[in-house]
Amino acid sequence: MLAFVIRRVLQSLLVLLVVGAVAFSMFRFVGDPIDNMLGQERTQEDIDRLRGQLGLDQPFVVQYVKFLQGAVQGNFGVSYRQGRPVSDILMERAPATLELAAVSGVLAIGIGIALGVFTAIRRDGFAANAIMSLSLIGVSLPTFLIGILLIYLFSVELGWLPSFGRGETVRIGGWTTGFLTESGLKALILPSITLGLYQMTLIMRLVRSEMLEVLRQDYIRFARARGLRERAVNFRHALKNTLVPVITVTGLQLGSIIAFAIITETVFQWPGVGLLFINAIQFVDIPVMAAYLMLISVMFVGINLIVDLLYFAIDPRLRADKTAAH
Amino acid sequence: MRSTTTFLSVALLLSSTALASAETLRWARAGDALTLDPHSQNEGPTHTIRHQIYEPLIIRDVTGAFEPALATDWAPSETDPNVWVFNLREGVTFHDSAAFTAEDVVFSFERAKQPNSDMKELIGSITEVRAVDDYTIEIVTDGPNPILPSNLTNLFIMDKDWTEANDTVAVQDFEGGELTFATTNTNGTGPYIVQSREQDVRTVMTLNENYWGIDQFPLDVTEIVYTPIQNAATRVAAMLSGEIDFLQDMPVQDLERVNNADGLVVKQAPQNRVIFFGMNQGAEDIEADNVDGKNPLGDVRVRQAMSLAINRDAIQQVVMRGQSEPAGMIAPPFVNGWTEEMDASSATDLDKAKALMAEAGYEDGFSIRLDCPNDRYINDEAICQAAVGMLAQIGVTVNLDAKPKAQHFPLITDGKTDFYMLGWGVPTYDSEYIFNFLVHGRESDIGTWNGTGFDNDDLDAKIKSLASNTDLEARDQAIADIWKVVQDEQLYIPVHHQVLNWGMAERVGIEVDPEDQPKVKYFEIN
Repeated sequence: MLAFVIRRVLQSLLVLLVVGAVAFSMFRFVGDPIDNMLGQERTQEDIDRLRGQLGLDQPFVVQYVKFLQGAVQGNFGVSYRQGRPVSDILMERAPATLELAAVSGVLAIGIGIALGVFTAIRRDGFAANAIMSLSLIGVSLPTFLIGILLIYLFSVELGWLPSFGRGETVRIGGWTTGFLTESGLKALILPSITLGLYQMTLIMRLVRSEMLEVLRQDYIRFARARGLRERAVNFRHALKNTLVPVITVTGLQLGSIIAFAIITETVFQWPGVGLLFINAIQFVDIPVMAAYLMLISVMFVGINLIVDLLYFAIDPRLRADKTAAH
Repeated sequence: MRSTTTFLSVALLLSSTALASAETLRWARAGDALTLDPHSQNEGPTHTIRHQIYEPLIIRDVTGAFEPALATDWAPSETDPNVWVFNLREGVTFHDSAAFTAEDVVFSFERAKQPNSDMKELIGSITEVRAVDDYTIEIVTDGPNPILPSNLTNLFIMDKDWTEANDTVAVQDFEGGELTFATTNTNGTGPYIVQSREQDVRTVMTLNENYWGIDQFPLDVTEIVYTPIQNAATRVAAMLSGEIDFLQDMPVQDLERVNNADGLVVKQAPQNRVIFFGMNQGAEDIEADNVDGKNPLGDVRVRQAMSLAINRDAIQQVVMRGQSEPAGMIAPPFVNGWTEEMDASSATDLDKAKALMAEAGYEDGFSIRLDCPNDRYINDEAICQAAVGMLAQIGVTVNLDAKPKAQHFPLITDGKTDFYMLGWGVPTYDSEYIFNFLVHGRESDIGTWNGTGFDNDDLDAKIKSLASNTDLEARDQAIADIWKVVQDEQLYIPVHHQVLNWGMAERVGIEVDPEDQPKVKYFEIN
């Protein structure tokens, strides 16, 4: 068991190091940050001085090692664009993204499961077919288009909801929240639908197909034969048994909700880490880009590591094979 | 700390809406100020925010003419040609109610000359600033400097005592990531006071009731809520849905939509920015072409032919949807040295262009790479695409290479492009600025944006002499002479002047500022 855990952790670390190295080797192709940092009146002397000061004249391997040295001590350097420590900026921006991701996730799971069950039970009904057809939109339309369409409909035409920003936020300790004000809650609606729509349709389709599978099983027939009410059969017996794969997929999708918030945040000017990353790319703000990419890869690698370990705990075959081999 | 400011701003918001005359201006544009330190970062949106809070000695009005701000009048000294005398405004106070005096001006100039200051190049000629009395200062330069006032319009004045008391005398070391008191706190003499600010998210400012010009300017806006919105479609949607009263950085394709919407108008004015192509004429042979052993761009006839092939009217109508002014020279119209005659764009003449190409020995044409930005100027890549088609008509096959600005501009400054697009604005409103950066031969501190390889020693000497020529008539003549060479040599291929568009609610009354620097004190709300 211990050996398995250690091996998994070491593999994860290796993945992180490789992701970081690839990211650093790519930064030079994004452009030269010096040009953005100094105005058009700068001289060659200014450029050389700043390049030396930032260590940009060194090969990328050296830059990467320096970054790692700082990163293990929790120091991600200083943003070229904002002139402030990257860790401060990330801390400031994280609540916006996490709140948005949380609301999107809850929406996706809640509505996704409800619609999935509904379309499975009424598989030949008109409403169920309509929902299934509509769900194709969620899977196939790009996020930015959905966002723009929602803005056009609910902000420009109807004027019900704000088209950008987070509304008024309240600060509690180191956390800013939009949950406590009316404008903050209103501002959450469109972005969270935009961000969660794909996951929602994915979960819905998954639940539906699993339900259809389970409803054919013998124990459901027996449950019906025993005269149990339809609701008890569907929800207590059938739904419960469909949830295992749903939970696995949802867990993995959680990472992508946070990572793909980039597009939603740009469309809605949502002040989270995704928008920060887009700004950083345009300005060639290397410290911010590096910190963000590392953070996202830590998250993905972490989630996968946990899933691996859970499988190990749940699935006795993994253990049995190992002991048999020895 | 932050929670109290949020609470305060909410409280202020509530109390200000209670007042009958209170007017909030909800203002959006693409970017935000990088810092609030008055002397760090010489950059447009950063200056815009500062202009509401701090004031320089002199500002420019919407026509580009000087207007007194903290100085009431100024003139060169009658006794010493190296000295300018400024009389300062009396009875001005900073936001913390400290009085404004000559001591603050002397202090601010010294601060702006520190190595970390981004404003130091603009005042590089100043050797000393001295206070004659509380309301008179003398600025000494290293030689006669006839256009000194032009360099002072973004040089903001801080309170000496406040800056010293808060230990923020040193200009923020921006690149080193230093956070100083002045980066996030302000104490200016300007018409608006910062109430709360979260960078890239929202900045709230309220009217300074003790502003010296409270009776002279409209000052109808009592509160400013400034929000950067990066995505162009979202920006326009916010304006259409009435969440924004005033919008900069309007996307060209949506102008008509906003203008036709109820209660919204779009106003426009020529911008202080001209768009043009540069050609490397200096090299013996260039890499970006398919001609071996010689440089087709080195021949003035080829450059003229290429200019004749560009159909500026078509670019204006098709690519820019009317939002540009075709140009014949690389100076914006209000710049000293600009003439209508030189700016009259040359008509497209393909026969003459082909004849010139044949004369130069390129009747079969050649191929060349054009480097173009795709996120810097209005429709920059589309302009380049149009130029590709136009140049093909005279046999010049252009391979377009469009990149983000962060990759494009280093090509020009490092001399790695032979044919490129560039845009230029002139903050000093004088041709000398253009010559220093775009015409003078490239050296480490001058001619830095001249990617043409053009280097003429006589002309360079003439450009350098402009800096200290106090005989304004002779100076203007020298400027005209230099322009003649630039035009005859076809150093650049001018394309057009950009047009600036501001979107606003109909009740907002303001004219477009060619420098894209709105000053809210001029805004009227009806």
